[in-house]
Amino acid sequence: MSVLRPLDKQPGLNTATILLVGTEDALLQQLADSMLKEDCASELKVHLARSLPLPSNMNRPRIDLIMFVVNLHSKYSLRNVEESLRHVDATFFLGKVGFLATGAGRESHCSVHRSTVVRLARTYRSPLLFCDPEVDGFRVPVAQRLVRMLQICAGHVPGVSALNLLSLLRSSENPTLEDL
Amino acid sequence: MDSYDTRGSTPRHSASSRLKDYFIGATPLQKRLESVRKQTSFIPTPPRRKIPQCSRLQEDNDPQKVAFLLHKQWTLYSLTPLYKFSYTNLKEYSRLLSAFIAAEKQKGLAVEVGEDFNIKVTFSTLLGMKGTQRDSEAFLVQILSKSQLPSENREHKVLWTGWFCCIFGDSLLETVSEDFTCVPLFLANGAETNTAIVGTWFQKTFDCYFSPLAINAFNLSWMAAMWTACKMDQYMAATEFLWSVPCSPQSLDISYAIHPEDAKALWDSVHKTPGEVTQEEVDLFMDCLYSHFHRHFKIHLSATRLVRVSTSVASAHTDGKIKILCHKYLIGVLAYLTELAIFQID
Repeated sequence: MSVLRPLDKQPGLNTATILLVGTEDALLQQLADSMLKEDCASELKVHLARSLPLPSNMNRPRIDLIMFVVNLHSKYSLRNVEESLRHVDATFFLGKVGFLATGAGRESHCSVHRSTVVRLARTYRSPLLFCDPEVDGFRVPVAQRLVRMLQICAGHVPGVSALNLLSLLRSSENPTLEDL
Repeated sequence: MDSYDTRGSTPRHSASSRLKDYFIGATPLQKRLESVRKQTSFIPTPPRRKIPQCSRLQEDNDPQKVAFLLHKQWTLYSLTPLYKFSYTNLKEYSRLLSAFIAAEKQKGLAVEVGEDFNIKVTFSTLLGMKGTQRDSEAFLVQILSKSQLPSENREHKVLWTGWFCCIFGDSLLETVSEDFTCVPLFLANGAETNTAIVGTWFQKTFDCYFSPLAINAFNLSWMAAMWTACKMDQYMAATEFLWSVPCSPQSLDISYAIHPEDAKALWDSVHKTPGEVTQEEVDLFMDCLYSHFHRHFKIHLSATRLVRVSTSVASAHTDGKIKILCHKYLIGVLAYLTELAIFQID
């Protein structure tokens, strides 16, 4: 149970579960609240964790999407995410993992350079979103995006799979593969 | 027939040569625009910076002349290029600026108690404060007070000093036309009101824009590494860091002081490429400090914000305040600050 695998459990009926991993508890809570406020045909479940691996004695539903939250103001959150990434199975990275970077708006407080998280997202071939959850105007659109991504990853949107979404997002970012 | 051929061939030839020139002489801004147009992504590669060395130009500098720049706290601003500024008109500018300051003070905008002085403004160039020959000359503005006392030695008291410089500002120089003078770094020492007045005059006269230059934690850690890497004959001060812990109701400050020789020893063990500093070395240097602190106090300094760095070479605060302590590495410190200023203008 130390490594998260995408398909090791049965899916719940009309349920979509997202796991938010990050060191900033208040931030994750705000994001979770915004997501749960959205209207959604499926039943949403949001799990919050400081880091992986998750304790194995819990009975939890199948996780459809993992978002790793990095706070650009704190190097500690970046290290934490890098450590946690080791406990995720490789098949998760086929569209069911994303990165969220917060705090880019306040440039004077940043200890982590933007290019570091961009490179991290590129290494893991996963989408990267930027968000400042303290500002309402930014938080709501990001929550809506996450809910939509979650529905697709849980298979609740007919005709689109997580892998389809990933290749759609990737082709708009970089057509060439020579960056790394 | 011939004319038709030449018309057909020359545009293509000139277009391809123009394209070649475009890529050879492309500035970072142009490269970025090009990558956006081609829809490739532009990830800035991690910078490798040179450790500040004693530059040749600095040797010509008379240490006495620039001694007044050291050991003073300067507030940093970034400045866009000045339009139609000429180094031959400095006397004219000093006249105009003194008149402006006198007018402002009469308006009652600047509040200073008990001043009956006459204000005198001087503009002067600082020779030798440049990185390459292409950089614009640095110049100094000082507000002096002329004392009314009829005594023999009428010393002019310096009320406010500000100086403009450009050290290794090639990336900016390439993008501007000839009417503009690029001096992106502005340092001010003295009353805030005077800085505001001088700033307003410059903005009106030369159509430029000042903005305060804040230094974020990422750049402060680079400064700490680069200044620790400088070879010093004797260390005047301990290497000190100050972190601010974001917690309510009041933020907590953590101060960490290391003996400068220990810091240099740590840096030497981390440093691999001679003469250059890389991102990995900076990260490793800071991580060593963080893990040492964590081992003793169980506090993760990497989750806090670095606010102040102080070494024997210079000390910098995140609000954009700097104090340079060592004459040898003055140009090196200013070069990095110029880079930050240019980045902010861009």
